[in-house]
Amino acid sequence: MSLDKPYKDVPGTTIFDAEQSRLGYHLNQFCMSLMKAANRERFKANERAYLDEWPMTEEQKLAVLARDLNRCIALGGNIYFLAKIGATDGRSFQQMAGSMTGMTEEEYRDMMIKGGRSVEGNRRVGEDGSAQAHRQPQGAAGKKDI
Amino acid sequence: MARITASVYTSHVPAIGAALDLGKSHEPYWQPLFAGYDFSKQWMKDNKPDVIFLVYNDHATAFSLDMIPTFAIGTADSYQPADEGWGPRPVPVVKGHSALASHIAQSVIQQDFDLTIVNKMDVDHGLTVPLSLMCGQPEAWPCPVIPFAVNVVQYPVPSGRRCFMLGQAIRRAVESYDEDINVHIWGTGGMSHQLQGPRAGLINAEWDNKFLDRLIADPDGLSKVPHIDYVREAGSEGIELVMWLIARGAMADVAGGKPPKVAHRFFHVPASNTAVGHLILENQ
Repeated sequence: MSLDKPYKDVPGTTIFDAEQSRLGYHLNQFCMSLMKAANRERFKANERAYLDEWPMTEEQKLAVLARDLNRCIALGGNIYFLAKIGATDGRSFQQMAGSMTGMTEEEYRDMMIKGGRSVEGNRRVGEDGSAQAHRQPQGAAGKKDI
Repeated sequence: MARITASVYTSHVPAIGAALDLGKSHEPYWQPLFAGYDFSKQWMKDNKPDVIFLVYNDHATAFSLDMIPTFAIGTADSYQPADEGWGPRPVPVVKGHSALASHIAQSVIQQDFDLTIVNKMDVDHGLTVPLSLMCGQPEAWPCPVIPFAVNVVQYPVPSGRRCFMLGQAIRRAVESYDEDINVHIWGTGGMSHQLQGPRAGLINAEWDNKFLDRLIADPDGLSKVPHIDYVREAGSEGIELVMWLIARGAMADVAGGKPPKVAHRFFHVPASNTAVGHLILENQ
């Protein structure tokens, strides 16, 4: 019997369900450890060595080192846990959320001030909204890397 | 006997707490948001409760992935504002009401809702930002608070229907408490927002406003909306709105009383990544 997961067809979205949580347990608990100031200091002093103390996959460690939040989420990370990395780096939720869209910080902030991202075209995979796979990356920050 | 006289609904964005704590509330970006709560701060003074039953969610603060309770009631005497990684918010300690909380826990569990009982935890912005919005920056919060944490971080979260029925059980629990005290129940979180992936930044003002309309006039129908509609229409983090149905379920009309009076309604976009909604409903 398979489980009913109707949220799999929402574009640009990974729902943190029991399966993702299982994959991301150690990654998320590493993030949790950064709530202690002493651990933040040790992590900042030598990120790789600190990550090696955790039974995370190599892919997860590389995604953290690259601060690639989309990759972290694909590998089981959850945004509320990953936010502890952002706090360690001195970044806000808005900066973190924006980083996953390919927009610059300014572009993302402007989108929010103008009322945010429209749901039109972004309800289901296969439509033509800004969050669809064929429209990535969005904005100037993502395009610089191409 | 104790009675629930009003319910309050509000979003709880962490950036709102930071704006207040850093003295930015009069900046043009934040001013329209805080203006929406001017009425509410006065209303809190005019309608001071004896206890606030505050439904909120923890954001990987008190609860990591080591334990994920679906419904957790705080029965402690006090709760410290948490260090969420940016340092603790400079807000008062949250005093609890262990006698009423223990009474509610016993009653609600006997009504078949299996609550987790928490005697020690820190509280994060999910709880302290609504207090700041409604009370400003006092030396001490105006009354004791019973924290009620709902898992909306790991799916599946409780359904809207389950939350609505839980609210009804909480009302019965409060009304079976002998002391004659005035209780407010708050539902917090939401409205539309998504903090992750290429769809981050999603806002759906039309859906949010329909949610407010139905929360007021058709809460029973609203409670039947499935999870997937919240995710698709209001973003992956918009699912927090199920918590509002707990507070709404505790209002008198759901048990056959009069419809509540809408004392205040406010909606604003954006606060950081999020649409902010706010309602005050009074039992008649």
